[in-house]
Amino acid sequence: MSETETEASRPGESGNGGPNSTPALRMEGVRKVYEVADEKVVALDRADLILGSDEIIALVGPSGSGKTTLCSIAGGILSPTEGRVEVGGQDISDYSSKQLTEFRRDSVGFVFQTVNLIPFLTARENLLVVDEIGSRDRKRAKKRADQLLEELGLSNRAGNLPSQLSGGQKQRVAIGRALMNEPALVLFDEPTSALDTKLGDQMVELIREEMKSRGTAAIIVTHDERITRYADRTVHITDGRLEA
Amino acid sequence: MSLALKELRRQPSRFGVATVILTLIAILLMFLGGLLDGLTAGNTGAIRAQQADLIVFSSTSQDSLVRSRIEPDQEKQVAAVEGVAGIGELGSAQLGGRIEGKGPRDLVPLVLFGYEAASKGLPEPPTRPGEAWADDTLEAEGVERGDVIKVGPARSPVKVIGFVNDTRYSGQSTLWASLDTWRKVQSENRPDARVGPGVSQALIIQASGPDSSGLAQRIDEATGGLTSSLTEDETIQALPGVAAQESVFNQIIALTVLIAIIVVALFFALITVERIGLYGVLKALGAGSGRLFAGVLLQAVIVTLIACAIGAVAALALDAAIPAGSIPFTATGARLLGSTIFLLFAALIGCAFSLRRVLKVDPAQAIGG
Repeated sequence: MSETETEASRPGESGNGGPNSTPALRMEGVRKVYEVADEKVVALDRADLILGSDEIIALVGPSGSGKTTLCSIAGGILSPTEGRVEVGGQDISDYSSKQLTEFRRDSVGFVFQTVNLIPFLTARENLLVVDEIGSRDRKRAKKRADQLLEELGLSNRAGNLPSQLSGGQKQRVAIGRALMNEPALVLFDEPTSALDTKLGDQMVELIREEMKSRGTAAIIVTHDERITRYADRTVHITDGRLEA
Repeated sequence: MSLALKELRRQPSRFGVATVILTLIAILLMFLGGLLDGLTAGNTGAIRAQQADLIVFSSTSQDSLVRSRIEPDQEKQVAAVEGVAGIGELGSAQLGGRIEGKGPRDLVPLVLFGYEAASKGLPEPPTRPGEAWADDTLEAEGVERGDVIKVGPARSPVKVIGFVNDTRYSGQSTLWASLDTWRKVQSENRPDARVGPGVSQALIIQASGPDSSGLAQRIDEATGGLTSSLTEDETIQALPGVAAQESVFNQIIALTVLIAIIVVALFFALITVERIGLYGVLKALGAGSGRLFAGVLLQAVIVTLIACAIGAVAALALDAAIPAGSIPFTATGARLLGSTIFLLFAALIGCAFSLRRVLKVDPAQAIGG
């Protein structure tokens, strides 16, 4: 417990010692404003956040607090209205839609709350989707996919369709998919919301293991305070504002 | 793209209804085309069999064989024109034929031609008087080699010495006899339209060079404007009903293609809407709109090709099953290929209506379910 507290008071520094000093994420003064029927809605208000290259943070906040918006901007799905966003050293603040698409393909991993596996593809094929839409180095991708499936304990389920997998297994396939392109940053959106307490704990432990063994940074969005045990740091967000 | 293929293979039911409807449209398109081709063949066989570079009519005939008369001295003028390599007289008589074994009132409408120039479509004219080649549609009427057909009200006897293929005229079966036989039959049955020796209805011209239109002009000048020289195509277009028939059928075919566009547009718009969630996820993973749309196009093309393949098989089966001479239907490779190209074109345009929807899919909706 004390280790985590100490680390929490040193935001911005690398977690458990990766030699890479480029932060996985740097957000400076990021604002996201929507115009909804003549009114301006501020989804994110001057967010400043630095994430170490292999740091895991839990992003905690109630519904509508802006955590999804922050993740969307960090993951290159949305562009900020104001401010600077750097992921793994790449400045994506002013990227065009096309550039963001490429960036997402090559540098970021997503694990969605609703898992969103492609229903007509097997577990292995779901992992290979990223290669199919990208570099097309088929051989290397297949090797990596099989390796990930083994690490995630899914080798004997590689040929199953999502409809033949349990909730936890589907979640693990999604994690594998997020790791396929060796991203600088992985974004987890409520990974335990569909799982019971025990499975949920197992899942987050698995996430932490996978991230740490690869030295990959992660943001875990959750409204479940229990998850914060597994993160290096917890960041709270309310009404679009981050509290340190 | 292989994602699109996998989806087709593993979720075929999703595309089932669209495929069935496109198949029905393909069959309709190919049947209409086959009917048009069959009717046209039945109208124009006799003309096409001549393989003429030019056909010369009299200028007062309005390009109609039956109203045309070419006198011998006109023929001499035409033969003297530079560029005329071959010249053959042609005459016709439209009469009813009585076939052995059929009742006295059961007349078969036919056209008796007199000709002298053989071609790829027609063998040398019969040497003996009263003999003729018969178009093979007469076989379906029960005519056999050696049978005598009694032609016209005067019941002029014409003996069938063999059969030729694809030589019908204006939908009627034909007999091909020597010019003398034709003149005799004409005099016996249409005494008011008697044709003297050396007189014919049209001249079949083989040109020595490639410039047919230049030759046509020279021929008409040489006869002092008393002739009208037409190419094979022009002659066919002047046949009664041919142009109108083509026009009507082509309008129906165009309408059918339009319906195909609407069908593809509707079905693929529906399929796209069903997949918006999937597209959102794929875009979040880094797939560009272009790639996603290419997948949609690929699926539309494959569905269309399957529909066309089934349609083509159905058309060929119908062609084989229909007995000669009953329904004017013929399935040609050109028509089947043309119909397929029309439908592919319709599929591509139909898909374009879904392009905007694919472009507008927002990857952010995949997050925060």
